[in-house]
Amino acid sequence: MAQLPPHVPPAHITPQPKRSGIHLHVNGKPYLHAGDPDMPLLWWLHDYLQLTGTKYACGIGACGACSVLIDGEPAHACLTPMQTLQGRKVITVEGLAQADGSPSALQQAWIDEDAILCGYCQTGQLIAAHALLQRHPQPSEADLDSLPNLCRCGSYPRIRKALQRAARSKAGKPDASDMPGKPA
Amino acid sequence: MSEMDRRRFLKVMLGAGGALIVGIPLRAAHAATPPVPLALLGDSWTRLSAFVSIEPNGRTLIGARAPDTGQGVRTALPRIIADELDADWTRVEVLALPLGVEDDNGKPRWLYGPQHAGGSRNIPEAWQDLRSIGAAARWLLRNAAAQRWNLPADRLTTRAGWVLSPDGRRLDYGELAAAAAQLQLPDAGVALKSASDYRLIGQPARDVDARAIVSGRQAYAFDQTWGDGYVAVIARCPYAEGELEHLDDSKARAVAGVEKIIPISVREAAGLIGEVPLAPGIAVLARDTWAALKGRTQLALRWRARHGGDASTDALAQQAATLLKGTPTTQVRNDGDFAKAFKAAAHRIKAEYHVPFVAHATMEPMNCMALVTSARAHLIAPTQSPRRAFEIVRKLTRLDAGSILIEMPRIGGGYGRRLDDDYIAEAVLLAQAAGKPIKLLWMREDDMTHDVYRPFGVHRLAAGTDRKGRIAAWQHHLASTSRLWHRGVPSDQLWTSEMQPDALPAGLVPNLQLGWYALDFPLWRGAWRAPSHDSNTFAIESFLDEIAHATHQDPLKLRLALLQPARPLPVQDGTFDSGRLAAVLKQAADSIGWGQRPPAGHGRGLACAYSAGGYCAHAFEVSVQSGKLHFHRAVAVVDVGRVVNPLGLDAQIMGGTLDALSTALKLEITVKDGQVQQQNFPEYPIARMRELPRAVEVISIASTTAPVGAEDLGVPSAAPALANAIFAATGKRLRHMPFAAQLAHMD
Repeated sequence: MAQLPPHVPPAHITPQPKRSGIHLHVNGKPYLHAGDPDMPLLWWLHDYLQLTGTKYACGIGACGACSVLIDGEPAHACLTPMQTLQGRKVITVEGLAQADGSPSALQQAWIDEDAILCGYCQTGQLIAAHALLQRHPQPSEADLDSLPNLCRCGSYPRIRKALQRAARSKAGKPDASDMPGKPA
Repeated sequence: MSEMDRRRFLKVMLGAGGALIVGIPLRAAHAATPPVPLALLGDSWTRLSAFVSIEPNGRTLIGARAPDTGQGVRTALPRIIADELDADWTRVEVLALPLGVEDDNGKPRWLYGPQHAGGSRNIPEAWQDLRSIGAAARWLLRNAAAQRWNLPADRLTTRAGWVLSPDGRRLDYGELAAAAAQLQLPDAGVALKSASDYRLIGQPARDVDARAIVSGRQAYAFDQTWGDGYVAVIARCPYAEGELEHLDDSKARAVAGVEKIIPISVREAAGLIGEVPLAPGIAVLARDTWAALKGRTQLALRWRARHGGDASTDALAQQAATLLKGTPTTQVRNDGDFAKAFKAAAHRIKAEYHVPFVAHATMEPMNCMALVTSARAHLIAPTQSPRRAFEIVRKLTRLDAGSILIEMPRIGGGYGRRLDDDYIAEAVLLAQAAGKPIKLLWMREDDMTHDVYRPFGVHRLAAGTDRKGRIAAWQHHLASTSRLWHRGVPSDQLWTSEMQPDALPAGLVPNLQLGWYALDFPLWRGAWRAPSHDSNTFAIESFLDEIAHATHQDPLKLRLALLQPARPLPVQDGTFDSGRLAAVLKQAADSIGWGQRPPAGHGRGLACAYSAGGYCAHAFEVSVQSGKLHFHRAVAVVDVGRVVNPLGLDAQIMGGTLDALSTALKLEITVKDGQVQQQNFPEYPIARMRELPRAVEVISIASTTAPVGAEDLGVPSAAPALANAIFAATGKRLRHMPFAAQLAHMD
């Protein structure tokens, strides 16, 4: 928060590549972090970039609510100090959308299957699902079982269906209807 | 008449640019801050609080009064209004209403009717009062069209945002909004639709926030910012009743970004649990979250217990065992003569069931945004009980009602934890002490160790059957830690949160005795999903299964023999219809293939429950191989009366079922040396995808009775149905929750 109006990045993290500090890309844009190098990525995203889709829930890498992609690999933002991110490329849930801002196939599948209960864990679930689909474009039931993130509300069956819907869509076999599928 | 209808009539207003606004007039027109979103009110916010606003372009804004914790009310409540309005749902935008309150001679006057999230009550309450708001707006639009066309209004119909004439002409609601706003509603009120005209109620609708959530744009409380203020974290005393022994904060103060260290005392703000901080603490206020967290790690702190420093859940179990040998603290119910009937019974069965403390562990930890000045207080609070939060703010700030604004954003899970507003009191106290707005965050460890836990209980049941296997005598003794402890309830009423005198099989068995024993333990307790129903149903429905097996009866037939013929029984929250419970149970049995031989090694279990006006039955098919539980089928059948949103109902029952399974299998809070031992998810391992059923087949019984809520309905019968299925598969009876350690020893 740092005494700033909402949604305006402070000067020291706007693109200024010549200053010293940690240079990194977030969702395709260059940033500089000149603050505490120990600061976890989670709190930098949350407090300074106002990218609040990455959620705090455990702080120890146990639940996945803070999942982000670092150079394409899933990681826990709560356990990733800024000093490890020099020159790295971070994608947050806000960066999953298509270029025009419309939801990605995966996000749309989440909407279509109404995979949300309280919603708090779902941004992390989407990052984990994105990574899973990269490894397994046509995930088996066992692949889906391996999705590691916690959901306290019990939305897992709908997350499975959303993932399967997204996989069909990406394979060029989108569902005829946007209404949720029948239980498997 | 509902609470809201009794007080005042709906008012119609012309809003900015010719919008039609239907809402409730404010008495005072000097609120410091608009109490509803400006978009919903147009330019008339000083005079009106609105539920519905229709703009000239047809955009329809509907206010949602209840906080959404994931129970889907931000979707369901506006749809109840939109159906009576005959709105085009694709043009509806839902806006969150803050707490609606104004000053009435020093007392709060609630403006929007009930605003809370708890007890699965939102849907029945909305059914009582919100439909009239949509109906009033529709009446105005139809009559505006009647004037325009010079036709009698009763010849006009409405559909999806249009008024239609018999000759095929049509007018968009937006075109009629300004004219409709000039009309007077009839004093006699406006008739509601007949059920055959429902177009949204009963149809599936997705969560209105889905797109914002998946894009990361949905703002939960902690995602918001004051622009200028402090992030606060608190190191709290680990004992339920303890105090600070030693503090050295010099290193914490030296951390870059740390601005203030403020002690929080419980005794100075004396009040009931849920209205004051749960524990004394040392707050670290900093410019950003990381500095606050870093500062907290640099506090040198020692706490001591005032008493209960040696408390443990092991000793609590001993206390229960000793107490249960004596007479109950409270005789809750006594029908017929249990002792005589039990002695005369052909078969006598006894069993004991253990229910541990569990935490709420909402994914979004407790947090609160608080801005407090001498002139106003503004809270962005993830609370299930905003009225209670308001009373806390009023007490601490002494501000008048019109100067207190409480916004309730979407909430990352509640399950009853946020019915207690201790964290709101903390945020207000810190904002006052610091003189700046506060963003208070609890760490997961704070949340896990300073919860208001589901009560611990040991259930001892005994039953006697006659030669035909009919239950002639039933005794249920429960020793538990009442959740009403330290909540201003007289000690002879502490049982009321623990046992329902009318719980199954009361009224269905001639000789029945219910007794409660008070356990004393220094750990705060609170409401946890379907409070007491969840624990008690585990014992009751497991025991019914044990009776069936002991007397060589089919567990389904034994239950149906109790429930049939269908009869109404009075219960605390209305009338329990045993026939409706029998119907969901039979449907669950049919769906799982009850009576057909399961595959080798598989077992099927059933259980059913009535709670908050709804009926639910679960049927699971499971197997256990090398200590690992496999779910093969999971069926949940519910009767909630008329279904408002089938997709939302399915989500609630699926979620309640999985949460109950996760809890029954894996979760337990234990205490040693007066302190909670679980700190975070590794020690409190909420089940992951691979451990739970891949699908829950939710079946809803068609009904035309008034709808009830389903938030917690999927919880109570899931654990006993699982225990019963595991018994059917393995012959081993699990009577102690959680089951995981016992399952691991099975082959």
